[in-house]
Amino acid sequence: MTDAPKNSASPPRPAPLPAATGGIDAPPALVIRGLAKRFGGKIAVNGIDLDVPSGSFYGLVGPNGAGKTTSLSMATGLLRPDYGSVWVHGVNVWDHQLQAKKLMGILPDGVRLFDRLSGEQLVTYAGLLRGMDRETVAERVKDLLAALDLAKDAGTLVVDYSAGMTKKIALASALIHAPRLLVLDEPFESVDPISAANIRDILQGYVSSGGTVIVSSHVMDLVQRMCDHVAVIAGGNVLAAGTVDDVRGAMSLEDKFVELVGGRNQTEGLTWLRTS
Amino acid sequence: MVAHLLRLKLLLLRNSLRRSPMQLVGIVVAGLYGLGILVLAIVGLAALSAVELEVAKTVVVLAGAAVLVGWLVIPVLAAGVDTTLDPARFVTFAVPMRELLTGLALSGFLGVPGAITLLAALGTIGTWWKHPAAMPAALVCAVLAVLTCIVASRAMTSASANLASSRRFKDLSGVVLIVPLVLLGPIITSLSQGLTNLAEYLPALARTVSWTPLGAAWSVPADLAAGAYGEAGLKFLMAVGTLAALTWLWKISLAKALVTPAHSSGVSRGGGRLGFFKLFPGTPTGAVAARSLTYWFRDPRYSMGLIIAPVLPLVFMISGAGSGNYAVLDFAAAIAVGLLVWSISADISYDNTAFALHVATGVSGTADRAGRALACAVLALPLGLLYALVGAAVNGTWAFLPGSLGLMIGTLLSGLGLVSVFSARFTFNAPAPGDSPFKSRPGNGFAAGLMQLAGFAGFGVLVLPELVLVVVAQGTRQVLFAWLALAVGLVLGGVLFAGGLRVGGRLYTRRAPELLLAVSRDA
Repeated sequence: MTDAPKNSASPPRPAPLPAATGGIDAPPALVIRGLAKRFGGKIAVNGIDLDVPSGSFYGLVGPNGAGKTTSLSMATGLLRPDYGSVWVHGVNVWDHQLQAKKLMGILPDGVRLFDRLSGEQLVTYAGLLRGMDRETVAERVKDLLAALDLAKDAGTLVVDYSAGMTKKIALASALIHAPRLLVLDEPFESVDPISAANIRDILQGYVSSGGTVIVSSHVMDLVQRMCDHVAVIAGGNVLAAGTVDDVRGAMSLEDKFVELVGGRNQTEGLTWLRTS
Repeated sequence: MVAHLLRLKLLLLRNSLRRSPMQLVGIVVAGLYGLGILVLAIVGLAALSAVELEVAKTVVVLAGAAVLVGWLVIPVLAAGVDTTLDPARFVTFAVPMRELLTGLALSGFLGVPGAITLLAALGTIGTWWKHPAAMPAALVCAVLAVLTCIVASRAMTSASANLASSRRFKDLSGVVLIVPLVLLGPIITSLSQGLTNLAEYLPALARTVSWTPLGAAWSVPADLAAGAYGEAGLKFLMAVGTLAALTWLWKISLAKALVTPAHSSGVSRGGGRLGFFKLFPGTPTGAVAARSLTYWFRDPRYSMGLIIAPVLPLVFMISGAGSGNYAVLDFAAAIAVGLLVWSISADISYDNTAFALHVATGVSGTADRAGRALACAVLALPLGLLYALVGAAVNGTWAFLPGSLGLMIGTLLSGLGLVSVFSARFTFNAPAPGDSPFKSRPGNGFAAGLMQLAGFAGFGVLVLPELVLVVVAQGTRQVLFAWLALAVGLVLGGVLFAGGLRVGGRLYTRRAPELLLAVSRDA
């Protein structure tokens, strides 16, 4: 965090990381430099750097409490960082908040929704808050609800939705303004396999048309199959970042993750639990 | 197992004290208050030993019956007053029913309400100290009665648990039950006015109540003291029977609740109903207003304000009916409007972390502030007009209508200006979405209370000019001052409203992430 840029308005040139595969002239979708946050005595994020190339499907993996959610909150303008800067497509997130937020769609984890609205009302609300006109909003709400298989529950209050449906309606709220960068914190948690596959298709289509997606997840398998880039975060530090193949090498992502993060119990343990 | 449950309760109590020093201060203040009441109760009960037997019996029986009713009703009203040992949390542990019942019942004594009720009930020993037969009976019956209180409230909660797990019931019950509660004062006033001969009526009432499960236990020592041993025996049997019946009821409903996980089924509804979103303009401000207005009707935390605000001036009116003086009606409009306006002073705290959507979309501070104010004004203005017109009609003071209108408009505009700044600056530990609106959440502490008090005082100062003019107009019977009040209300209110939106909007834009962090901490 010593090299934290001091309010410079333009992003630094992408660091020469192996991550830069998306064409030399395309500005990265997200650049993070020296981002740090402390809560009381606990350092949640310890001055991380990250480059997310434009058009990539970027996975963010890490154990519980690694600082994923804190990092993503700071990168998306929800939580003010103590140090460091973030640029989204060249726009400084904390100096030009509105401009940066227009480029981003955010699905935060662990926050409530305005759940006394119906699903349809909630997504409409998200669109109107962004200053979109009513006709466009109505059209996109209809498309989104159909694509996410929520059309028949459009009029149900979100408070009566299941956990998976709630995730999906939050995702729809993040997509309504057709952002260039999607930041999704645990988007697949408690989503059923069919819906998860639908969401994956939507995201793949979005990436292939030039959008950028960042997802955080615990599920290594999913990240390995779905993402082309990955960063491993633990203890508030980035342990590895790059294309999935570069990071995992010959191993599976899961094994590499365990190797990087450590902490596996190698003992015999719980012998009494064995039933035979 | 019983000891485990008791230890768990104590541990929960202790840990809840550990959260913050401010909370400790709040609890100490509340504790001192409770202790004061307790001491008063015990002293009063001991003093009853000096009065006539019949009077002492009347007081003890009626007060005791009231306490039992309180224990029965309050948990239903405030679903989740004390959920520290919510039976639902024991579903996954195979605790034997008998031990679970005993543990939960005894743990009721360990809470503040249980302990105070028990100590006060034991105070009845002091009432009967002159009667050797009644004194030990008072001890037994006090414990019996308090145990009945605890078991009754537990039975009530677990019996309604299945019902209460449906969201719609929770939303409705809280809101509907507030009405009789608000009207309680006038009801009692009119009742007592009707019963002119209170001194004759109350002992008769006590005699009747003592033969019901509500008052039986409390009346046993009194009957012993009076020498009516047969009567005392019958009532004691009745009290024990009541406890047994309640325990049985509790047992079966608990058994049912333990195997029926909380579940609410909803009916799927198709789209096409945008409600208020269709009525307001399709701008960020309009959207915020539509969302807020939807919440006024759908979220019990807001609906409660919506119900209290129109009812409360009615309460004043009914109390005024006795004296035939309806002067308060001139202020009813301002009171109702003021209540509605103040209820959005913690609007962002009520949003809880759902506020993240506002931060994520980068909605401007002005749009956020203006939208919330607009929704409130849409509700408050018609209500205020109605009250002002009714007041003028009842009192026949049409000439002074501009005055009460001015005060009402001033209250509305100045108040909205104030809360626009206030809610962008301060957050509170408000009841979370879906909680009972009665549930006071721990951790609000003293400082937050003072802050709200200060805000409310500030509200008073802002509308003081209009208020003074209205009072002067009434005092001097000069219509000129009423018109002045209207002018001041419109101009000063307008200026304060515009200023409040501006300052609040700027404050919001600058502090939106900090506000989100604050409500996430409170959550």
